[in-house]
Amino acid sequence: MALSVHAFAEWLAATPFSLLIQNVAWIIPTVQSIHILAITVIVGSAVMTNLKMVGVIGRGQPIATYVGRFLPWVWPTLVVLLVSGTLLIVAEPGRSLENPSFVLKMSLLVLAIAVTAATQIPVGKDAGFWEATGARKLAGQALGVLALCLWTGIVFAGRWIAYTNVAGG
Amino acid sequence: MDPLLQQLYDTPLAAAIRESGTLFPWIESVHVLAIVTVVGTITVWDLRLLGLAWRRRAIGQLRREVVPITWIAFVISAITGLLLFSSNAVKYSHNTFFLAKMALLVLALVNVLIFDVITAKGMARWNDAPRPPAPAALSGAVSLAVWVAVIVCGRWIGFTMSVF
Repeated sequence: MALSVHAFAEWLAATPFSLLIQNVAWIIPTVQSIHILAITVIVGSAVMTNLKMVGVIGRGQPIATYVGRFLPWVWPTLVVLLVSGTLLIVAEPGRSLENPSFVLKMSLLVLAIAVTAATQIPVGKDAGFWEATGARKLAGQALGVLALCLWTGIVFAGRWIAYTNVAGG
Repeated sequence: MDPLLQQLYDTPLAAAIRESGTLFPWIESVHVLAIVTVVGTITVWDLRLLGLAWRRRAIGQLRREVVPITWIAFVISAITGLLLFSSNAVKYSHNTFFLAKMALLVLALVNVLIFDVITAKGMARWNDAPRPPAPAALSGAVSLAVWVAVIVCGRWIGFTMSVF
């Protein structure tokens, strides 16, 4: 399995598109900047929504208001992150695909997306979903904490990509 | 300036950050998390000032809610930033993108000051306005432009100091 990822990374790194991105010096930092700006939108949305879920902000306002105000921004922003992220992978396939920090980041991302959907979808059908019972309120707080931890982990893992030695060199 | 910065560079803390293989990345990760929180939350405020989003939300209440989060994240950014800077103070101080980032931060703070001292005085009048008056909208536009530039400069510091 590791051998085929490595082979794919080597093949990708040799493609004309990859070589183009590698050889024009400003492309990678520019795409990274776009990637980081998109992260600010997601983290901003996640912080506002989940601080409300946990009860730190927005007292006196329904959860549905915050979910409806901030979580819809996440989905189109994820598309921007997917496109910019893909370009970064194509630019440096080994640095990402064979990097444990990158794998961790993607794993946490899958979970973060699931938690975001799990928070948002019930509210669409029933605005008072997370406030209906004591158990639901507790569950909402737990999801809020989990979401904040996951997004934090994603940011950290993302930064650590640069510092982690790649498996297989 | 260089001798002072050299003294900072020579402090035990700066040396520890520089020589540890993990301390710099951890501090930098907190720095990045704090910055994306600053920009992500201030964007909410700026878009409201520009009348581009959440137009039915009362401005005074949004401000009370968002701005403290932004400030806490900003303080964390500043502290971690200072720690990172100290680890290679002289070299950072000669980095064009670092200097540009610092200038932009001053601009951001001046923009906040102008808003707090002048523009916000009349906030009660446009508290519920879907589109706040031009001075408020200008504050939001300047803020957005400055923070986007801060992020870009920050990324380019990394690229021009080393290849991270």
